[in-house]
Amino acid sequence: MRPVSELSRREFLNVTATVGGGLILALTLPGRAGKSSSAAAATIATAGPSAATQSQLNAWLQIARDNSITVIVDRSEMGQGVYTALPMLLAEELDIDLEVINVVAAPVGDAYINPGNGGQVTGTSNSVQDAWDKLRMAGATARTMLVSAAAKHWRIDAAQCHAKNGTVVNAQGKVLTYGQLADAAAKEAVPKDVKLKSKNNFQIIGTSRSRIDTPGKVDGSAEFGLDVKLPGMLYAALAQSPVLGGKVKTVDSAAAEKMPGVRKVMITSSGVAVVADHFWQALKARKALTLTWDPGANLGLDNAVIAAMLKKTAAAGAGLSARTDGNAEQALKSAKQRLRAAYYVPLLAHATMEPMNCTADVKADGCDLYVGTQVQQVSQVTAAAAAGLQPAQVRVFTTLIGGGFGRRLDIDFIPAAVEASKALGVPVKVIWTREDDMTHDTYRPPAYEEVSGGLDASGKLVAWKLHITSPSITARMFPPVKGVDDSVIEAAVNNLYDVPNLAVSYSRQEIGIDVGYMRSVSHSPNCFVIESFMDELAALAGKNPLDFRMQHLAKKPRQRHVLQLAAERAGWGKAAPGRFQGIALMEGYTTHLAQVAEISIVGGDIKVHKLVCVVDCGQKVNPRIVESQIESGIVFGLSAALWGDVTIVAGQVQQTNFNNYRVLRNNELPELDVHLVDSDETPGGIGEAAVPLVAPALCNAIFAATGTRLRALPIAGQKLQKT
Amino acid sequence: MITITVNNQMLSVDAASDTPLLWVLRDHLGMTGTKFGCGMALCGACTVHIDGAATRSCVLPLSAVAGKSITTIEGLSKDRSHAVQKAWLEIDVPQCGYCQSGQIMSAAALLKTNPKPNDADIDAAMSGNICRCGTYPRIRKAIHRAAELLATSGAK
Repeated sequence: MRPVSELSRREFLNVTATVGGGLILALTLPGRAGKSSSAAAATIATAGPSAATQSQLNAWLQIARDNSITVIVDRSEMGQGVYTALPMLLAEELDIDLEVINVVAAPVGDAYINPGNGGQVTGTSNSVQDAWDKLRMAGATARTMLVSAAAKHWRIDAAQCHAKNGTVVNAQGKVLTYGQLADAAAKEAVPKDVKLKSKNNFQIIGTSRSRIDTPGKVDGSAEFGLDVKLPGMLYAALAQSPVLGGKVKTVDSAAAEKMPGVRKVMITSSGVAVVADHFWQALKARKALTLTWDPGANLGLDNAVIAAMLKKTAAAGAGLSARTDGNAEQALKSAKQRLRAAYYVPLLAHATMEPMNCTADVKADGCDLYVGTQVQQVSQVTAAAAAGLQPAQVRVFTTLIGGGFGRRLDIDFIPAAVEASKALGVPVKVIWTREDDMTHDTYRPPAYEEVSGGLDASGKLVAWKLHITSPSITARMFPPVKGVDDSVIEAAVNNLYDVPNLAVSYSRQEIGIDVGYMRSVSHSPNCFVIESFMDELAALAGKNPLDFRMQHLAKKPRQRHVLQLAAERAGWGKAAPGRFQGIALMEGYTTHLAQVAEISIVGGDIKVHKLVCVVDCGQKVNPRIVESQIESGIVFGLSAALWGDVTIVAGQVQQTNFNNYRVLRNNELPELDVHLVDSDETPGGIGEAAVPLVAPALCNAIFAATGTRLRALPIAGQKLQKT
Repeated sequence: MITITVNNQMLSVDAASDTPLLWVLRDHLGMTGTKFGCGMALCGACTVHIDGAATRSCVLPLSAVAGKSITTIEGLSKDRSHAVQKAWLEIDVPQCGYCQSGQIMSAAALLKTNPKPNDADIDAAMSGNICRCGTYPRIRKAIHRAAELLATSGAK
């Protein structure tokens, strides 16, 4: 996180009056002034009648004469609550009701770059961390200027006025609304030093305010990418190579082109697009195509081949060192007891509820893109390349996202829409079916993880060696990556436990297909091996898994606290007969969590009865959203741990829809007990943090129940019985 | 042209008779609150009411709904005043929100036939509606709350 002190406050904020009246508060990052790279001006201009100025490119806040307040949110809303949490930060300092705020998605702009992600990116659960100081300062600055403008109007000292719920009030009880003051406030000098409220003065932060986006999501009016409708818009279905990575060889579209409503069949860079008046017509015509494909290099690819590739590379050497403490090799040799194991996690599909889609409107001099994306800049550049335009000629309108989970950090669903719109001269919406989506995901990569541990005579962990072999997501998406890819190994490097001799290393092995970021990224495979193996070592040491962990957390008070509290809430060690418990601990996204799973084994199958999750995520902006995100992560983690498995035969993904890619349903939900710890620490991330602990907590409970150690996921299909 | 009744309005639709109701609603009638999730009646995102019963519109051809009364999320109430919508707002159920129209329509149909469902009733009625965000605990809570609202207010 970037501390405020690093920003020059003088450069941080500036203001302009809009042509149409009112105040726009903009942010300029030091050294970036005047370098905004996009044609996003017009996007903001749609929020008001004015021609956009440089400041509007960076706008955060617009107060109009009619008292309407627009907050520009630069992170994509995909359920995690940014359209509520970020405005709450600003509203706290501006002293306004959340209810009056109109949220607008930010255009592409350098001011919206998230330094923690190196771009305008919604990911790594850091939206609140990034906005924490920035938006509170923006709110405080605007409030100071509004108060100052009011004081001038009344010809009194600013100290005799104060902001109150969208107005400025003076000692005589006179009131001016922010709308009345907006024009004058825009002429005020930007204050150099604004003071932010202390925690005990918070009125909004820390309260469970209703989400700003809920009303539209209960009456059907919320607009997702799939819902965009433009005048004259056509719909397209896309036929993509059944073998991943293949290319179209021949197209016989004679029958399809004669079908009702079909306007064009065309080869795009990502497959054959059938464009029609309505989507159902396009879909029916797609079935009438006769296509042959050049399968490319993946005809021989299957799960066994992928696993063999990873294991072969793992055996070829220790790979790149990611962290070295002491001498793990030596310490293993001299350890009293040693254990070695290999873990494996499979490919997973994101399976967002809203299948991939994109709407493009390409004209001679520009392109408008309507898309649920987590990467506005990359979307802009991608569309520009597909349209043969400059990036600055592409405007990106970010819609609500019907499930991101990292899938929409990729842009593979954008080019076909742009190419089709360009060819037809009208707006085109490309919709992937569920089958298209499931069989052409950018899958969570598999990982092969070899781990060794050594205990001294007292049962204390003295050596830990972990070698992870996996493809690199980052090397494909944000090249070049030299050396260790954090997205594979970050959580393994941040091993929490006191071990004097620790070695973590990484070998990169690509598998011929595109892999992508998925909710909790490295934390899921890393936490699975670390927390499972800690349980194995506890058994080797003859210790209770909770006590064994505590023994290696001497200097970690926040971790000890969540672990202890989770154990207490779950009644650790006091499960009813036939019930068994497993525990897991993790730190990720500067959030600390512990989970306890309680299960039974029924007819050789796992039944999950209860999951307790204790979370210390620092200061909570909106506790109800935090709680729902933790529940969300647990459900996501349960689906993956129990059933998540993408299988490949002859280069083709076998899973096609929710009948053969099983995800958790309402009736399968175990009892959840989510507890949030009070904390004054800076906010931690909450969107991804709960996912990774589920698999190890379940597998540790399975071990407690059966003595069987599962070292591969998913749990389904594995023998769960006493060995 | 096929005439159908959507949200108490008679509408003429110029679409092939095999067009699933989902796409008629979305593409022809501009009612995009009903969502496309799977196209195989597996996920429930497309749930509407046909003569009051929760039905998956993604596999229901237009020809099958002529003469029937169709209710979509847009027609559940004019102003989010249906007990289920009120409960959903109160408990802040949605996350990404994409599946929620379908969840709400399934819940509303359940409460129509069973105004005081227990957890098992809710499981049975709602297991066809997938939510990848995992709003399930809140959905369950909100259905109980909607039942309470119905009982106290006699609302619809």
